Amino acid sequence: MEHAAHALGPVPVTSAGYLWLIPFLPLLGAAVNGLVGWKLQRVLGKRAVHWIAVAAVAASFAVSVCAFVQLLGLPPEARHLQDTLWNLFTAGRLSVDFAFALDPLSMTMVLVITGIGALIHVFSIGYMADEPAYWRFFCYLNLFVFAMLLLVMGDSFAVMFFGWEGVGLASYLLIAFWYQDPEKAAAGMKAFVVNRFGDFGFLLGVLLLFWALGGAWQPRADRPLRPEYRPAAELNAVAGASTRAEALALAPRVEGVAIGPTLSFRELRDQITVEATGVRERLAGATLWGLPVLALVGILLFVGAMGKSAQLPLYVWLPDAMAGPTPVSALIHAATMVTAGVYMVARLGFLFALSPSAMGWVASVGALTAIFAASIGFFQHDIKKVLAYSTVSQLGFMFIGVGVGAYWAGVYHLVTHAFFKATLFLGSGSVILGCHHEQDMRKMGGLARHMPITRWTYLVACVAIAGFPVANGFYSKDEILWKAFTSRHLALFGAPLPWLGPAIYLLGIVAATGTAFYMYRSYYMTFTGTYRGADGHGHGQGHGAGHGHGTPHESPRTVTWVLAALAAGSVLTLLLGLPALWTGSEPLFERWLAPVLAPVAFAHGSHAQEWLFQGLGVAAATAGWLGARALYRDARSPVPAQLRDRFHRAWKVVYHKYYVDELYAWVVLRPAVRLAKVLAWFDAHLLDGLVNLVGGIARLFAAISDVIDRYAVDWAVNAVAGVTAAAGRSLRRVQTGRIQTYLYGALGGALAVVLLNFLLS
Amino acid sequence: MSIPLPHFLVVGALLFALGLVTVATRRNAVGVLMGVELILNGANVNFVAFERYVGGGVSGQVFALFVIVLAAAEAAVGLAIVLAVFQLSRSIDVRQADLLRE
Amino acid sequence: MNALNVRTLAAWAAGSALVVVFLAGMYALAVAPAARDGLAAGPGGFGLPELLFYLLSAVTLAGAAAVAFVRNILHSAVGLLAALLGAGSLYVLLSADFVAVTQLLVYVGGVLVLVLFAVMLTSRITEVTVSNRSFGLFGGLLLLVAAAPVLVTVALVTPWPAAPPGPLAPSTAAIGDGLLTRWLLPFEVASLILLATLVGAVAIARKELKSDD
Repeated sequence: MEHAAHALGPVPVTSAGYLWLIPFLPLLGAAVNGLVGWKLQRVLGKRAVHWIAVAAVAASFAVSVCAFVQLLGLPPEARHLQDTLWNLFTAGRLSVDFAFALDPLSMTMVLVITGIGALIHVFSIGYMADEPAYWRFFCYLNLFVFAMLLLVMGDSFAVMFFGWEGVGLASYLLIAFWYQDPEKAAAGMKAFVVNRFGDFGFLLGVLLLFWALGGAWQPRADRPLRPEYRPAAELNAVAGASTRAEALALAPRVEGVAIGPTLSFRELRDQITVEATGVRERLAGATLWGLPVLALVGILLFVGAMGKSAQLPLYVWLPDAMAGPTPVSALIHAATMVTAGVYMVARLGFLFALSPSAMGWVASVGALTAIFAASIGFFQHDIKKVLAYSTVSQLGFMFIGVGVGAYWAGVYHLVTHAFFKATLFLGSGSVILGCHHEQDMRKMGGLARHMPITRWTYLVACVAIAGFPVANGFYSKDEILWKAFTSRHLALFGAPLPWLGPAIYLLGIVAATGTAFYMYRSYYMTFTGTYRGADGHGHGQGHGAGHGHGTPHESPRTVTWVLAALAAGSVLTLLLGLPALWTGSEPLFERWLAPVLAPVAFAHGSHAQEWLFQGLGVAAATAGWLGARALYRDARSPVPAQLRDRFHRAWKVVYHKYYVDELYAWVVLRPAVRLAKVLAWFDAHLLDGLVNLVGGIARLFAAISDVIDRYAVDWAVNAVAGVTAAAGRSLRRVQTGRIQTYLYGALGGALAVVLLNFLLS
Repeated sequence: MSIPLPHFLVVGALLFALGLVTVATRRNAVGVLMGVELILNGANVNFVAFERYVGGGVSGQVFALFVIVLAAAEAAVGLAIVLAVFQLSRSIDVRQADLLRE
Repeated sequence: MNALNVRTLAAWAAGSALVVVFLAGMYALAVAPAARDGLAAGPGGFGLPELLFYLLSAVTLAGAAAVAFVRNILHSAVGLLAALLGAGSLYVLLSADFVAVTQLLVYVGGVLVLVLFAVMLTSRITEVTVSNRSFGLFGGLLLLVAAAPVLVTVALVTPWPAAPPGPLAPSTAAIGDGLLTRWLLPFEVASLILLATLVGAVAIARKELKSDD
């Protein structure tokens, strides 16, 4: 199926003044709970806290539905709502606003975030019921929703980066929610630090792009620059531009598009897609140290995505992040935050589409991650860890999708994954709750009897993730893999590699088989057979009391209803992505997103090929399912144990996650700690020594001063007094009281005067 | 008649000097007062001599008269004081009247 | 004369010798030529006035020396008498007859008598000899040596605008005129002072009555 290249021009903008409410309401909820939540909880009980939080997110969802309705009312090429709040700064020709923009892509993200976010808030009411720091949890959840909304609704790199960092912060706060446990605190720190590596790459990419837009790194020889560009002058702040209007007035315009360095997505897209501006050919021709700038920009931006979305090699924080409460894992590390990277690549698709090398790297890393994480998931015992590695693997799929250029497919997989992964995580949370905070699957089993709703919703989600056509996962995954197979223009080092697409497909299909296998393994280990957790004590989070009984029980209604809703969503959203092969027209979702995404060319495949690949997908899912069924159903089969003993060394390597954490500890952490020790020594001995030296010198001066004061100055003062007293004692004797002595004195004086008179005259 | 002026002046000077010595060295209070009379007399001789030899009408003699009058008054009061001191402390030794000493 | 000590004898001998020499000298220089030539001044200019002058000044100065150096206060008083008399006579030589008589009346007749009275009244105690006699005498001589030469030098060296004096003339009338015209104020003030002195002296010297306050 070919995709017609849409004629994209500059995007017409509709102003919608209420968009700021969407992020603001969760921020308000976070502020209220953060400032007075402890008091509310004490005075009014936990109800007050969760009502505020859930109401905030639900209201935000309501407003976003209104925006969605308004967006639907606009013609497809003009679906862009803008709400500019204020101008952050203006410097020369650059002007950055604090503004929100909603187009179909961000609208999708907003609906997913607020909708699934609201459901997870409801789930947390039941799950966190025993938690004393209830208010803090809901405050952080709301804060996260606010930051994520900033990320997706921001219309410039500046606002998006604000949200990018904000979700990192919220993730840290939530992972390390039970911060008194050093392991959990360490997990939070690991998440934050690894994300930092990614953010560094992201920033470099943004700055590189900004510079390149200003005309840097043009090849000197043949390409004459268009008169709109004067390289050095563009980067210097032009005197006099202090408001947005002045900055805009400075920019040359072609076909209504202002040309020059910008941080706004819409302006960037307009400049690139409108051919007459010449920005595209300039960017394509710019090279830095022999490498094309666009490829560098794409790869650096993808480094940011690697960190945020847990791709190879920056995925190590995600499994550790399971130390946080399960709702956190569901919301942040399944549905929303980790998808920020996918969103970013889709948003900047027009940029990535210009560089086949960047696309190739994105898709390849995604594929490798998918299969790598899937393999680790085979042998994990902790149910949440299985789901974590599953998330990493599915994110790899999403990056395959946006990497090869099937942006809508990647985003569609994002949406479907949000539903079924949230179901899986919340289901595992329900299981953990029911088993009294037990997370080890080896101690579970037979829960189908005790927790039927959880069991059925979990099964539905497994069907979805495995890729059976009855649920939504099949449709997104199939589209991604088909597009991967038919892409011929991917490159890694500049030259196009036509075999890269099919290779990626191969990795993908193997990973899909593995996905089905380990997901059904977890299902069978948890829900079938007999209950193995007879000792009844949980080793889980260690907060709140277990119920003291040995038998698991179904979770409260707030939990099970959410599970049901999400499972239903997992099935219903398949309607958005029914392939053109079946219906004859484009899938709804593709049509919805088409005006926003860049068109990429794919090879033409016949219908028969398409049917074949769909069948292959189903076959892969079936193979995985049957394999897991055979090995793990009712825990009857001895084969897993035998295989483990047979291939013990290989099993050990995979079980220990290929020792990647240990490698990082050795390569990154140890030098960093050593450097810290050196600097600490430097500070303690040299700097503090200097300071102490100065202090010592001051003390020495004080001592000298004291000696001078005591001996010299006081001596002088006392001497003056002594001299005065002695003089007084001796001069007093003039006062004899006798007249004749005075007479002698007078006579002597008179005589002296007379003599003087004689002598002087 | 041809005694030159300096002769008289010398006499006056010597009278004055002796009177000074008396005032300075006598321990008896009355003796000190006698010395004061001598001093005044020396001055008187000077006055009269200058009037005779240099001029000035009778001003020298009038002055000398006044000096005599005042000397008498002063002698009276001084001796009265001496008597009062004698009544107080039974001694007229000036060396013992040193209550104002340090 | 309780004990004839050597000092007294020596003093008497020196004094007698001095007198004899003085008299002999006077006779030789003044009396004999005057007897020969009459009262007028001889060729040396040394006539009777000069003789009288030297004699009278000698008496005056001897008396003054007695006042200064003699131990006994009564003998000093007598010396004061001699000095005052001598000064008076010098006034006569200087044609100040009224002053001379006033000197005699007031000084000798009044002040000296007063002094003698005071001496008598206060001589109940024995004259306290100078504890450090050598210092007393020595100090006095030193002062004399310090003061006298200066004054004498001034008297001799200064070029006084001296004119030869006129004839001796009585001065009483002129003084009387002057006192009532030109020096009227000092005259009246002097009388006031005398009044004050009168009252004051009596008030000071009167014996305090125990009952009064």
